[in-house]
Amino acid sequence: MAQINAGDTAWLMVCCSLVLMMTPALAFFYGGMVRKKNILSTLTLSYVFMALIGVQWVLYGYSLAFGPDIGGIIGGLEYLGLAGVGAAPDPNYSANVPALLFAAFQMMFAVITPALITGGFVERIRFKSFLLFSIIWSTIVYDPLCHWVWGVGGWLRQMGVLDFAGGTVVHIAAGFSALAFAMAVGPRKGFGRTPMEPHNIPYTVLGTGLLWVGWFGFNGGSALAADGVAVHALVATNTSGAAAALVWMLLSWLDGRPSTLGLATGMVVGLAAVTPASGYVTPMAAMFIGAVAAPISYYAIRFRARRGLDESLDVWACHGMASTWGMLATGLFASTTVNPAGANGLFHGNPGLFATQLWAVVVTMAYAFVVTYVLVKVLDWSIGMRVSEMEEEVGLDVSAHGERAYS
Amino acid sequence: MLKKIEAIIREDRFNDVKEALRGLGIVGMNMFEIRGHGRQGGIELAGRSGTFQVDMLTKVQINIVLSEHNVDEVVQTIVNAARTGETGDGLIFIHPIEEVVRIRTGERGREAVMYPGDIDEKKGQK
Repeated sequence: MAQINAGDTAWLMVCCSLVLMMTPALAFFYGGMVRKKNILSTLTLSYVFMALIGVQWVLYGYSLAFGPDIGGIIGGLEYLGLAGVGAAPDPNYSANVPALLFAAFQMMFAVITPALITGGFVERIRFKSFLLFSIIWSTIVYDPLCHWVWGVGGWLRQMGVLDFAGGTVVHIAAGFSALAFAMAVGPRKGFGRTPMEPHNIPYTVLGTGLLWVGWFGFNGGSALAADGVAVHALVATNTSGAAAALVWMLLSWLDGRPSTLGLATGMVVGLAAVTPASGYVTPMAAMFIGAVAAPISYYAIRFRARRGLDESLDVWACHGMASTWGMLATGLFASTTVNPAGANGLFHGNPGLFATQLWAVVVTMAYAFVVTYVLVKVLDWSIGMRVSEMEEEVGLDVSAHGERAYS
Repeated sequence: MLKKIEAIIREDRFNDVKEALRGLGIVGMNMFEIRGHGRQGGIELAGRSGTFQVDMLTKVQINIVLSEHNVDEVVQTIVNAARTGETGDGLIFIHPIEEVVRIRTGERGREAVMYPGDIDEKKGQK
């Protein structure tokens, strides 16, 4: 019988709180970037997942993701309603903390991932259709993917894929789903003709600060223990965020002025990039990962804009592309001196890991993109995804929620 | 004969213009925060990645109703205080006023817009 470790348990409970805070932080990060007639709608799109997944995860989400493996594809139904998930540790995941705490910590990841997607389709989607999409997406995209990568017996995990805190499960899945969603529903009314200026950049900056702090829980907590790996993850996280922010600031300066929104975006990009690598790489490798992530996402935004694609808040560019690089960088920089439970990457004499990482990236991109695209199209044909032109013009705060943010 | 001066100026010049007009004895005025653009068509702002174009710029509009014989002097004062020499300094429109009614007293015409210590009193013109 495994022994509960008080330090590990305390750290993971704190991390659970930190990761929960990231969803409200994300809501304000996104909310500041939309027009003032849509801020309540945008906040709701993120906040609602604390409620929706807060219930779904307990009922069946955890069981599908982390229940006893069925064919490497999905978890079984043994943990429905969190039955049998209690104070005793689950040695499959962490021998030192209650299984229920692991489930709660993982819940926060399941909450923020679909919230991330919403940046792709703000200001134009019917709330009812969005709720239906979200519950289906969490069930058929998030839960299986989570099982493949992190569940014991999951087929990608079996292959030796390293994803410390959700490069594939969270960021690539959200980024490519956002891209698919935006392509399936089309742009906002007037996109490309009328400027859609962020209405409250201070909200976005505030959200960024809270996201950064929360990310210590996201990556540091993914060690599932208060140990050296957790510290490595925390320092890697901070270093990558810092490096990416500096490079982004420089890029925007070269293009005119060092934009505040750019600095904040650079931070998030660096944090997203290092997420899969955080528990496997040295601080200097993390610095390199962040520094390279910035131009990747910076020019991905340009590319997206030139294509006339209204993936409104650049989830694909800032999360999908940054974490794609982070997953591949894990295949380059991972070192067993940082984390004995990990593996060595290409630069430490193991080219095989890079190939494995590349495969995981391709699978995640393809699965998230295709399933999301088909799901949105089906919902669009059946119940309609978009609000009417009039509702969009008025703004979703009044038309969907019957409220005004600013009286 | 009463006229209305409608001056669209830079936000950041508003305080200087207001002080200059006060010095002249212009007591009553309205100020609006407006958005618009003229010949320039807008400006470029720093965005997330590179720059983007904003076509509606925030400006200040001042409305003043005054006697015809003070118009030139007041217009010149506004021009002097509002001018930077850069694109976007603004425009001044001058309209005829049909009638003015002061709600409290029912006074009409010039009497309705006369104030103690205003430009006419300063000049000794009653």
